[in-house]
Order: sequence, then C-alpha cells, then structure tokens
Amino acid sequence: MHAHFLDPYRDGASPVKLPLALAFIVTAALLPPGAWPAYVLLFAVALSVVILSGLGLGYVYKRALLAAPFVLAALPLLFTVQGPALLSFDIGPWTLTLTQPGLVRFVSVALKSWLSVQVAIVLAATTAFPDLLAAMRALRLPRLLVAVVGLMWRYLFVLVDEVFRIMRARDARSGAPAERAGRIGGSIPWRAKVTGGMAGNLMLRSFDRSERIYAAMASRGYDGEVRGLPRPPVPPLAWAALAAGLLFLLLILLLGLVS
Amino acid sequence: MHHTVEVTRLSFAYPDGHQALRDVTLSIAPGEKVALLGPNGAGKSTLILHLNGILKTQTGSVCVAGLDVNQKNLGRVRAAVGLVFQNPDDQLFSPTVFDDVAFGPIYQGLKEADVRSRVDEALAAVRMTDYRRRVSHHLSTGEKKRIAIATVLSMRPEILVLDEPTAGLDPRARRSLINLIRELPQTMLVATHDIRMVMELFERSVIMDGGQVVADGPSTQILADAALLDAHGLEVY
Repeated sequence: MHAHFLDPYRDGASPVKLPLALAFIVTAALLPPGAWPAYVLLFAVALSVVILSGLGLGYVYKRALLAAPFVLAALPLLFTVQGPALLSFDIGPWTLTLTQPGLVRFVSVALKSWLSVQVAIVLAATTAFPDLLAAMRALRLPRLLVAVVGLMWRYLFVLVDEVFRIMRARDARSGAPAERAGRIGGSIPWRAKVTGGMAGNLMLRSFDRSERIYAAMASRGYDGEVRGLPRPPVPPLAWAALAAGLLFLLLILLLGLVS
Repeated sequence: MHHTVEVTRLSFAYPDGHQALRDVTLSIAPGEKVALLGPNGAGKSTLILHLNGILKTQTGSVCVAGLDVNQKNLGRVRAAVGLVFQNPDDQLFSPTVFDDVAFGPIYQGLKEADVRSRVDEALAAVRMTDYRRRVSHHLSTGEKKRIAIATVLSMRPEILVLDEPTAGLDPRARRSLINLIRELPQTMLVATHDIRMVMELFERSVIMDGGQVVADGPSTQILADAALLDAHGLEVY
C-alpha cells in the first residue's frame, strides 16, 4: 500500500492503530442521535486521519460508499419512530408517516456508519495484514479467533484464484455451433444448475484443502496454539498517541452525552 | 489450404505490466501434432489461452480453423478449439461425469438426443463409458485427466490443446494417456515437460522461453541439441 501515515514508527504503531480505530467506532456507536456538535468533531477527526494517511480523499470516499447498504437498513427508522409528523403519504392501503425524530435517528445512523467505515478503510489500507493480526493478539483477542482470521486471509486469495480457474474452464467450453440451430447458452435453469455445481465443487474442494492444511500444520507440531516471536516493544511516542487519542474520543463522547 | 492454427506476431502483456509474449509466430497444419516445450513462466499457458480467446489479442493476430479469434467469432472458436487445462479439478465442475461431458453440447444448444450421443461418443473415445454416473470428485487423477479430455471431445473440436497432460500421473496412468493421445485424430498442441512423451508422440517441437519462440522444428533434431535444451532449462535425455 502506498500509505505513510504513522510510518515513522510504523512497526510499533499497529498495536495502537487498531485500538484507536475500534475506540472511534465505539464512540460513534455510543453517541446519542442528534448530537450534532459531537458528530462535527468526529468528522474532523476522521477527515484529519484521512488527510494524514496520504491515501487521498478520493480513494477513501469512494470506498466509504460501502456504508451505503447499512444506511438502507436504517431506512425504516424514518417511519417507525414515534413523534411529530413531517410528511405523510399513502402506498396502497398503508399510510407512511415521516416523523421528525425518525429523520434525526436516520441521519445520525447514516453519518455514524459513514464515519466509522472511513476509519476502518484507513486502518485496513495503511496496515499490513500480519501487523493487524499481531495487534489483535496484543489486544488479547481469543487466539483461535485470530488464527481463523489469519487463515481466512491467507486462503481467500487461493480460493478466488480457484474460482477464476473454474470460470475460465467453463468459458473455454462455452462454444457455438457453426450453423445456428437452437438457442446458444442453454436454458436458465440449466445454467443455474451448472453454477450451483461449481459452487458445490468449490465447497468440497475447500473442505478437502482445509483437511490437507490441517494435516500439514499438525505434522509441523500445531496443537491449536499459534505461537509467534515476541513483538518489538511499542515505542513511548505511540503510547502517547494512543492515550491522547482515547482521551479525545472520550471527551467527544462526553460532549455528545451531555448536550 | 488454411492452417489450423495461425498465430502471427502475437505480443501480450498482463495488466501488471509483465510482458508474457513477444512477437510469437506459429502455424500448425491440419492433423499435425506439435509439442510446446519451455520452462515455467515461458509463456506457454499464455499462448494457449489465446487460442480460444480467453485472453484477448493485444497485438498481432490469432486464427484458428480458418476463423479469426475475435469477440464476434468467440463461440465458434471455442467450439473448434478443445482446451484441456492442467488441473483437471478446474475442468470438472459439475456433480457427475455425465453433466461435465454434456456441458459443451448443451451450451451449444444441441437437442437432448444429440447431447447424449455426443457424451457417449466422447466417453467411448477416452474409454470411460462406465463412468457416466460417477461423481467427478471421487475419481483418481488419471481418471480425471481422461474425463477432462472427454469434456472437450464432446464438442467435436478440430483442434485439441492440452496443458501438461501427463503431469502428476503414475506410470500406468501416464502410459494409458499417451496411448489415448496417439489415437486421437485431432490436430494437437500439447504443452509439456515430459520429454520422453515428446520423443514418442510428436514429430514437431516448439520451444518457448521468455515469451518468445526460440526453436521450432523436427523433434528428433531439437531434442538432440543438448546445448539448446540446456540454454532453455530443459532436460536432455
């Protein structure tokens, strides 16, 4: 990745970046709806992080659109929260009433998830995955969980490659006769069946592969415990950054709860 | 007479900038069986993937069975070129052997009776008729290789392109596969590291290295040139 945020102490910084990002997300989640001044401060934090990361605003904001589906999930809030009505319209036999507190809740959820996704994107784009795993371990996350996340990351790419090879093999046999007789490409149910067969095959092969991987791990002494060399100590500057960041987020949270 | 495969000054670079083919020219006459040799990363697979339009031609031209390989001809090109991948597991993606062998004919829109006769014909050609109802997942590597060949034979291709057909096979499975390749009447281009099979089956050999064709001629002559083989990372027998 082409990012240099926190690079001067990058090795030691990742155990700090993960808790800071998590704290940001928790702060956003805990803020009550309609705490606009606190949201502005959170936005300022997120914007500073994005700018300092050197990733570029476009890079982060384009990916931050990932938050859009979560916003859709919050859409019913517009109509289900009780309160003074703003607008009302009929759809067939139902009447939908847009309420003012509903609107506040919806905008709050949308803003908070958008900001959280930005921070998560910066974290993922500026931290090498092994560092992220080390940070999870340093945070005392269950080791088995960290091992599962690590293996998933490792084999995700192998699986995607396998998917591409299977699709390529299908394309290679997707021909057309010299003289057009019937419909080329087969019926839709048949195609669905083929795709289902491909997915099923991938499942079986992944299962087989996981057995082989486990056998290879076990034959090198794996006993359910992932061990690593001790991590380099976290430099004092990073500790200071962590403390300052957590304190700031706590102040934002208090401001939001009080106002 | 048109050449069955006519590759002219083909160059190709992958999106990451890696130049995989440089100015490759190759023609194969109908009925000819040609071995494609070269170290890993020489560009053999990249060339093969051009022959039925899986990779789009960047510069130069590719013509197979008298058809220019382009978006318009893609369907007919894929029916004319039977491409068998190195790993049979990629090729066999359906629940049963029958479904896999029937894929090409069904895709082409053939009638059910025709599909069945194509499948029978293809399985008979690889001598696996009894395996019709078997589950691909449970076959041995040698059996999977034969079925993988049947999955393209059912399209009645004019050209067979095989990528490493004997890789990973035990001596008996290898022997029976070599016999099968000898029997098949199609024009063939076979990428392989199995030099002894080349000496046995192929009159003509093409060596690729660094994305270029570095030698093309009678196998007896090429495989006797120890200096040439050594320069391109191939073993001398």
